[in-house]
Amino acid sequence: MSYLEYTVKSTPTGLRKVFYMNWALTVLLMSVAGVGFLMLYSVAGGSFTPWAEPQMKRFALGLAVMMFVAMVPIWFWRNMAVVAYLISIILLISVEFFGTVGMGAQRWIDIGFMRLQPSELMKITLVMLLAAYYDWLPGNKTSRPFWVLIPVIMILFPTFLVLRQPDLGTSILLMAAGGGLMFLAGVHWAYFAAVIAAGVGLVTAVFQSRGTEWQLLKNYQYRRIDTFLDPSSDPLGAGYHITQSKIALGSGGWTGRGFMQGTQSRLNFLPEKHTDFIFTTLAEEFGFVGGFSLLGLYSLIILFCITTALATKDRFSSLVTLGISINFFLFFAVNMSMVMGLAPVVGVPLPMVSYGGSAMLVLMVAFGLVQSAHIHRPRLGS
Amino acid sequence: MKRPPRDVEGAHRKLSRRALLLGGMQAAFIGGLAMRMRYMQVDQADQFRLLAEENRVNIRLIPPTRGEVFDRNGAILGQNIPLYRIIIVREDAGDLDKVIGDLSKLVALDPEDVERARTEMRRSPPFLPITLAERVTWDDISKVAVNAPALPGITPEVGLTRVYPQGPDFAHVLGYVGPVSDYDLSQIDDPEPVLRIPRFQIGKVGVEAKRERQLRGKAGAKRVEVNATGRVMRELDRREGQQGADLQLSVDATLQEYVQARLGNESASAVVIDCETGDLRAISSAPSFDPNLFVRGISVADYRSLTEDPYRPLANKSVQGTYPPGSTFKMITALAALESGIVGPDDTVYCPGYLEVSSRRFHCWKRGGHGRIDLLNSLKRSCDVYYYDVALKVGIDRISAMAQKFGLGVRHDLPMSAVASGLAPNRDWKSRVHGQDWLVGDTANASIGQGFMLASPLQLAVMTARLATGRSVTPRLVKSIDGVEQATGAGETIDVNENNLRKLRRAMFSVSNDRRGTAYGSRIIDDAFRLAGKTGTSQVRNITAAERAAGVIRNADLPWERRDHALFVCFAPYDDPKYAVSVVVEHGGGGSKAAAPVARDIMLQALFGGTPPIEAYPRKDRGRIEAQQERMKRERRPRARTDGKDRA
Repeated sequence: MSYLEYTVKSTPTGLRKVFYMNWALTVLLMSVAGVGFLMLYSVAGGSFTPWAEPQMKRFALGLAVMMFVAMVPIWFWRNMAVVAYLISIILLISVEFFGTVGMGAQRWIDIGFMRLQPSELMKITLVMLLAAYYDWLPGNKTSRPFWVLIPVIMILFPTFLVLRQPDLGTSILLMAAGGGLMFLAGVHWAYFAAVIAAGVGLVTAVFQSRGTEWQLLKNYQYRRIDTFLDPSSDPLGAGYHITQSKIALGSGGWTGRGFMQGTQSRLNFLPEKHTDFIFTTLAEEFGFVGGFSLLGLYSLIILFCITTALATKDRFSSLVTLGISINFFLFFAVNMSMVMGLAPVVGVPLPMVSYGGSAMLVLMVAFGLVQSAHIHRPRLGS
Repeated sequence: MKRPPRDVEGAHRKLSRRALLLGGMQAAFIGGLAMRMRYMQVDQADQFRLLAEENRVNIRLIPPTRGEVFDRNGAILGQNIPLYRIIIVREDAGDLDKVIGDLSKLVALDPEDVERARTEMRRSPPFLPITLAERVTWDDISKVAVNAPALPGITPEVGLTRVYPQGPDFAHVLGYVGPVSDYDLSQIDDPEPVLRIPRFQIGKVGVEAKRERQLRGKAGAKRVEVNATGRVMRELDRREGQQGADLQLSVDATLQEYVQARLGNESASAVVIDCETGDLRAISSAPSFDPNLFVRGISVADYRSLTEDPYRPLANKSVQGTYPPGSTFKMITALAALESGIVGPDDTVYCPGYLEVSSRRFHCWKRGGHGRIDLLNSLKRSCDVYYYDVALKVGIDRISAMAQKFGLGVRHDLPMSAVASGLAPNRDWKSRVHGQDWLVGDTANASIGQGFMLASPLQLAVMTARLATGRSVTPRLVKSIDGVEQATGAGETIDVNENNLRKLRRAMFSVSNDRRGTAYGSRIIDDAFRLAGKTGTSQVRNITAAERAAGVIRNADLPWERRDHALFVCFAPYDDPKYAVSVVVEHGGGGSKAAAPVARDIMLQALFGGTPPIEAYPRKDRGRIEAQQERMKRERRPRARTDGKDRA
């Protein structure tokens, strides 16, 4: 079923669309953002500045953006997919030339009121493009090599650009999300088996190439992997982050040390405590109960996305919603694995909680798309 | 462009199937995360909580105040005085160059110190205080304090350091303190953490080192909360330490000062021991050095001049130096002979000036000999042949045993560095150490305190005190610790016949009171304070037969280091012994000339508790003694300054 066949009359119009939004999802998003405000307030030592207040403003802006995106019919966004993707590509390329260097990598462009991170934008536009592609592609061609190659190029080109910044975390996320979408679209499983096999080969190659002239990763990336594999090998250097993060998290216990009582974050033992490592502060101050609750909220968001996707008969809507949920899942799964010492430190923020404007705005745009898909889902029998 | 509905339906079903599959995988991963979180936060919580506490809590030591040292009358010997420092905190200073520039206009700063402080600042976090100048005078400190508003980040700070107000007088007894070195740490099995505090001072030698444990006290500690950069956020709790104990020594500072001055520039040492308690009233070694130099950190040039001085100022000769006791040992030989019953006090020996012992001639110091001589006269006139003779009759083992009874060849346990045990040899010792049989010649040598025989001035003083009292007086240096009186060294009665001892004391009395006695010139006139003593002159070289034939070279004609050692031991008053004194003047020549007058002067000073009346001296010496007393009063060395304004 395609949007051309929508019974347009039966979809809500005008301001009435607000009533047809997925309000449960909106409330969930607000709760998660609320957790974020609380933690940012705490890590600032009980102060709204410098983090909690700007974050609240951004979230308010994000809500407005989400509403706006939600009001626009999903078929408009489908048509915009290619354009959005191209814009993202252009921005990614321009980062090469105009980007601001932050933490040793070119990642954002200063556009006045905020810093735009094109790689964040890319996560959404890639999903949109792939969803539109598979909506357009006849089902019987899905697994044909040529028609498989095209989305692979769509994925690998931006991945390559992001890797050049260099931002290994985001490039892996892009590949994972793109691959996930292809899997959902029904590409034959043999391709994935092949890719996984190749991946294992690549990992071997990455480690084998180390120290040679054609080594595939930067030295600091190798060191991060080393540190991940054995944090105690360098407790005051690169392993410091993981070690301190695990201490903070573990010392939380069942119910935590109390709001604003976390010694690890209050005394600055935690690195990046307001961004990538904010989950450890939550886990330290509110313990297993707090950490598990946030995990529960995230799971509910994923669950709502999946039910929304399965409820709609529109292929683009389903794929976009699921693609966004995969992205969202990857966000928090990688971040939490990282702070719990299950994954190397790759610089992925905790979605909706970590301090940071562009990641949150992009996520709100994404959830706007989910809402739009929900509002404008095809309604039969009228 | 419409697709067949079957195709659409199939694709949708496939999508749903795969979405559910993916959702299941996500759920499994989330479950894994939850389990990992539970494992870390519940199962391992205690371990991580401990690590978090270790991160957060830092234990800072509070160094204890070192105990002070006093003499028996409460005069201070080792003292803690405030030490002023100028501290800079980089983060408060703002423009570092400007602040240091402004400061150097007020206070003379050592450019070396400033450079060192700058490097230290570059290495450490900005909130850490760094010492900019040490041992600053009070005037400079007040200047800094007054100008505090113009000098951001600069604060005056006060600490404590050790000062020895008596300077060189107690250098050998007290020793000195200094900062803990790596060598010091390597010598201690389990160094207390307080030793690792920068600039913490510990005793290096002498009482300061040997009573380190009592003087140091126990460090307190405070637990502070620190952040990741080490900045102290707040104090959690504190446990007060224990101050070091104050020590009171048995030494009398005024007497010690006199003794040190009387020894003057000789390479000599003297010990004054209280016959009743064993208290060491004075124990000095000359020449001495200023221990305060070592506390501050001695310069290479100063240190070299001390180590290269042939008079060895760093050596503590009174306990560390061992000398052949010479004739001062004759009392022991005589007593061993009398106790054995082989020789009676009135038995006589004929002295022709030598004794033939296994075809070798052992000479008496008097070439012509003393003729027929008994015990009293042999001691009074220090005849050597008498002692050769009785020693050969008695044997070395009895003599050696008697020597040890009287504290020779025995290490006296004093809290001073390098206390020597000397040597009272016997057959067993020689075969053990040298692998040779004891020869009769060795006995002859030992009988007059030569040969293998070695004793320190301390041991000679102890020997004399024991002869004077008949009790095994043991020396005591620490009188009380924190007001708690320590056991005295009065000692048990020695297992010898009191009549024999009385004979010996009588003989010693005649040495310094009989006109023909070797120390008659150093007698005390005052009847209440009659002196009994014995001279000793110990050879440091062998006199060959050829030299003896040509006439023995006079000491004054020899180079200093080949001259004889001069010794004198004495006790007084004769009837009721109060003090025993031993004096050894290295390479001083004859005991009666070089050592006896010094011992007599010291004894009088001790007996009168100050300058003695001139009437105590023999009439013909009075003019000379008065001049000497005057000179010593004039030359009394200026005391080490105690006000801490000594920025060297």
